[in-house]
Amino acid sequence: MPAAGPPVLRLSGVSKAYPASGGASVQALRDVSLEVGRWEFISLVGPSGCGKSTLLGLIAGLDDPSAGSIEIAAGPDGATGEVAFMPQRDLLLPWRSLLDNATLGAEVGGGDRAAARKRARLLLPSFGLEGFADALPHTLSGGMRQRAALLRTVLLDREILLLDEPFGALDALTRAALQEWLLEIWEQLKAAVLFVTHDVEEALWLSDRVYVMTRRPGRIRLDLPVGLARPRSRAVRGTPEFAALKQRLLDALLADTA
Amino acid sequence: MLAALVGVWELVTRLAAVPEWLLPSPTVIVVEFVESLPQLAPHTARTLLEAAIGYGAALLLAFLVAALIDQSGLARRALSPLLVTSQTIPIFALAPLLAIWFGFGITPKILIVALACFFPIAVSLAGGLRNADPDMQALVRSMGGSRRQVFSKVKLPSAIPALLSGMKIAASYSVIAAVIGEWVGASQGLGLYMLRASSSFQTARVFAVIAVIAVLSVAMFLAVDVVGRRIAPWIYVRMEEAQT
Ligand SMILES: Nc1ncnc2c1ncn2[C@@H]1O[C@H](COP(=O)(O)OP(=O)(O)OP(=O)(O)O)[C@@H](O)[C@H]1O
Ligand SMILES: [Mg+2]
Repeated sequence: MPAAGPPVLRLSGVSKAYPASGGASVQALRDVSLEVGRWEFISLVGPSGCGKSTLLGLIAGLDDPSAGSIEIAAGPDGATGEVAFMPQRDLLLPWRSLLDNATLGAEVGGGDRAAARKRARLLLPSFGLEGFADALPHTLSGGMRQRAALLRTVLLDREILLLDEPFGALDALTRAALQEWLLEIWEQLKAAVLFVTHDVEEALWLSDRVYVMTRRPGRIRLDLPVGLARPRSRAVRGTPEFAALKQRLLDALLADTA
Repeated sequence: MLAALVGVWELVTRLAAVPEWLLPSPTVIVVEFVESLPQLAPHTARTLLEAAIGYGAALLLAFLVAALIDQSGLARRALSPLLVTSQTIPIFALAPLLAIWFGFGITPKILIVALACFFPIAVSLAGGLRNADPDMQALVRSMGGSRRQVFSKVKLPSAIPALLSGMKIAASYSVIAAVIGEWVGASQGLGLYMLRASSSFQTARVFAVIAVIAVLSVAMFLAVDVVGRRIAPWIYVRMEEAQT
């Protein structure tokens, strides 16, 4: 699936330290290098607190790395507004209707609001949100909120999507349904995805490659090409090939704790 | 509860034959209220006008000051301590001073209302702006949003619940502040009317005016509440969920 050519995102030797109490500092990331190719679906797995969210924040331009560089094909490095970022919490603004939340990006970017709203309305059915355009977030279920946040992210129209545990807080059934649905969306979108998750099977089933990070300070321990043919069915999860990949991921993840 | 209290009041004043100038019974007060309505109405209108203008001025000024504190670190360091300590100053004690400076027209009344209403609104709005969810702000920044957009799309709407509670407190102060301003010297208004009534021992009239002030204060409070529910329905969700 990934097309040849230069990557749309390249991180070289990125480190991040946060000042901590008493003049000390917390090293969240150390020397992280990774690449995301055009239209590639990449997952990032790692223990809690290893710096995954920090990494996405740096790519989104919310903070500057202490060292290293982040190159984004689309525009100037380190600026905001270059990538579409979906934070770990859905962060729907409670005072806005679903549609107004979804079109927040167009509003902030000074784009054509009417056109954005029209497009959002057209996309509602494929996001399973038909008939909820005017609903306030507190009236939506957890799964619907997650889909609304994803719709907001997709509508930003960027070449790179950063998704921070989009399904982390959902039950297994909703989660499975949303995974399939995300793949469908992604195939239509033609965008690169950097997907953070704790779920090894989710990472494998969705991705072209999976990066495994170490405990804090987070480094890249493994870059695992998945190589399963697409479109993938759920049944792939039962194959020995899948089991072998899963074993390699788990080994890399657990190497820390041994 | 209130009805029982009024009932006891009525009974005691009648049975013990309390003189009317000392403590009139509720029925006497109601009769007095109805009879003095023609005079009461213009005084009430005047007091309400002072309260409304002062309240509006306070809201505007509080908005500007809170926004300034939020946007500029220098302003925050300079103004925040001032705001906090100002809440301990008895604003009403300034009424005589304002009368000396601004005479007996409508200006000092508006000023006293504005002063009394400014601090609760400014303090609560500044707090609301400060407590806006940093992740929501980061989201708008990640979309390329400017500081101003972060302010208008996230901070200000987030601060509405805090703003409304400050506005409610201020609303309940506004009428009494105008009345106190009028006590110092005025040509019209409930404060003046009340003062006149009390100096001629028309106690029933004093009570009638107090009742009007109380009703107006509650009405101002409720008006803000109703407007709040209109413009910010999402605030009340959690409370209602807790009730069911
Ligand atoms: N703003 C901050 N200031 C100080 N320390 C921070 C800050 N943000 C994150 N950290 C620290 O950096 C480390 C990495 O945090 P991060 O949120 O990136 O982890 P994560 O991998 O996303 O974890 P999780 O899987 O639990 O979401 C943590 O130890 C955290 O305490
Ligand atoms: Mg995280």
